[in-house]
Amino acid sequence: MSKTIVVGWSPDAYGEAALARAVEEARHRDGRVVVVNATRGDALVDDRYATDEQLTALTSRAKEDGVDVDVRRSLGADVGDQVLAVANEVDADLIVIGLRRRSPVGKLIMGSVAQRILLGAECAVLAVKPAA
Amino acid sequence: MESLSLLLDGFASVLTPMNLLYAAIGVLLGTFVGVLPGIGPAMAVALLLPVTYGLDPVAAFIMFAGIYYGGMYGGSTTAILLNTPGESASVMTALEGNLMARRGRAAQALATAAVGSFIAGTIGTMLVVFFAPALASVAVEIGAPSYFALMVLAMVMVTSVLGHSWLRGFIALFLGLTIGLVGLDLNTGQQRLSFDQPLLADRIDIVVVAVGIFALGEALWVAAHLRRAPLHVVPVGRPWMSGGDVRRSWGPWLRGTAYGFPFGAIPAGGAEIPTFLSYLTEKKLAARKGQDEFGKGAIEGVAGPEAANNASAAGTFVPLLALGLPVTATSAVMLAALQGYGIEPGPSLMTDQPELVWALLASLLIGNALLLVLNLPLAPLWAKLLRIPRPQLYAGILFFAALGAYAANMQAFDLFLLLLLGLLGLLMRRFGLPVLPLILGVILGPLMEFRLREAMAISGGEVSGLWSEPLAIVVYVIVALAVVAPLVLRAVRPAPAAVAAELEHEHEHEHSADKEEVER
Repeated sequence: MSKTIVVGWSPDAYGEAALARAVEEARHRDGRVVVVNATRGDALVDDRYATDEQLTALTSRAKEDGVDVDVRRSLGADVGDQVLAVANEVDADLIVIGLRRRSPVGKLIMGSVAQRILLGAECAVLAVKPAA
Repeated sequence: MESLSLLLDGFASVLTPMNLLYAAIGVLLGTFVGVLPGIGPAMAVALLLPVTYGLDPVAAFIMFAGIYYGGMYGGSTTAILLNTPGESASVMTALEGNLMARRGRAAQALATAAVGSFIAGTIGTMLVVFFAPALASVAVEIGAPSYFALMVLAMVMVTSVLGHSWLRGFIALFLGLTIGLVGLDLNTGQQRLSFDQPLLADRIDIVVVAVGIFALGEALWVAAHLRRAPLHVVPVGRPWMSGGDVRRSWGPWLRGTAYGFPFGAIPAGGAEIPTFLSYLTEKKLAARKGQDEFGKGAIEGVAGPEAANNASAAGTFVPLLALGLPVTATSAVMLAALQGYGIEPGPSLMTDQPELVWALLASLLIGNALLLVLNLPLAPLWAKLLRIPRPQLYAGILFFAALGAYAANMQAFDLFLLLLLGLLGLLMRRFGLPVLPLILGVILGPLMEFRLREAMAISGGEVSGLWSEPLAIVVYVIVALAVVAPLVLRAVRPAPAAVAAELEHEHEHEHSADKEEVER
């Protein structure tokens, strides 16, 4: 049975690490990948919101790897909630996210998308870190 | 060359460490607010009006001048890097500037905008130095009827020529005039529109009006449209130009200055028309030379309009200093600051307050040079400002807005008024009413009434006293022409805004993919 893997993606090292792992998992389990690129949309410029070129490049690269990719872009109050909403919608079996190294104090100050997803997800969540 | 020696005196009073610091603060603050769309120099000056209570006039105006020019410069940065013109004056810059940036020539576009602004601002300010005293010395002779006529001219021009809709412009103007009427009649002591509120009888403080309409109105408007798809800023390094770029920019800079200054100087300012004319001229000239890069990112299309924009900003100081007539929102708020110091704006300003006027003009030149020195290296930093999330940004603005409105009179009632005016500002943005006529109405209305009363007193109540002077008749003829000419012109050739929209549309298919706005 084919599995659905949701990946929280942004055009940076964290997003790339998560995507690479998601594609690997998808090939392993004969699944498909749903890429979520979300933004709060409250700043004029958000580098983590991908351009069309970046998304096209992403899709074609995944195709070369033989994995079916579906891209979702969204706009909302919380990036984590947007990933969770897509995961619910496609009935995901796994969510892959890129994670930053952070100290407990840093975590206290900065709210995190990852925490939101970990706590709210109905399925397994895989957190990966980019190679240092 | 009396003007020059007075200007040198102005330099002497500005070139103190403290005043240079204020100039630098003004320039940085101005660029900051100019870069962020929606927050213009007018809002920044309005928010800083309360500062004037603790600062001497020279220092305050040095800072305001820096904000004014800095705001103009900052607007072009956003126009080039984001294709989001913050104001109508940089619409034309955005056309070619953003195309240049997309072709990897962002650094050159920013450089030609900065250097062009500097050259146009400097030439423009020097022209003010020579024209304003001459005009003022003539204007001192002007009688109340002609003065009244000039104010009518400024209001009609600003309302009808600049806006896209006459009806909206005049609604905004009359709203402003009405707000200006609230309070005690200065001649008879009667209360007008005060609804028996002693606090209203004291007149509505201009700080509260300006901050409410500009800052609170904009903040509410942004809050109503908080989330939109982020745009992509073109990465940029340090701006620089090659020799070839400079050779191609010279002509447009000077021609742009020539277009911009007169349009700023006549009491119908605004940079929309001269930037448009400059753009068209450069396009035609480039086509004639056979090296037409327009539509693909021509440096001439950035250099010309940007110079026109700044020259017209400089030009607006002529009516402001010589006649006490503001024609842009920023200069209107600056006039309010003058009044806050108890200085009467008008033709006598140059003789009554020579120190202030010449220090202001000197600081314009210094601010211009500072802009060039500071902003060429800082361009990448300014682009980073665009990443500030709106909630944090506007929370800060609201804080200063409330603080400023309260500090004006230490009355909680003013905060209530601020909220009310903020709602008015929101509604005006919602229904597309321009803000400038309202501010002009609030600030010029009482002055205009004073002149009207004076003219009527002279003529003994005869209405014909209003056109008893030849100059007044000439001005009324110009007013009539200003009303009729656009109608005729619009019938013959399309309006600037329409052409801009058309040009925009032409470019659209080239980068339609990036421009889709995912609004919700």
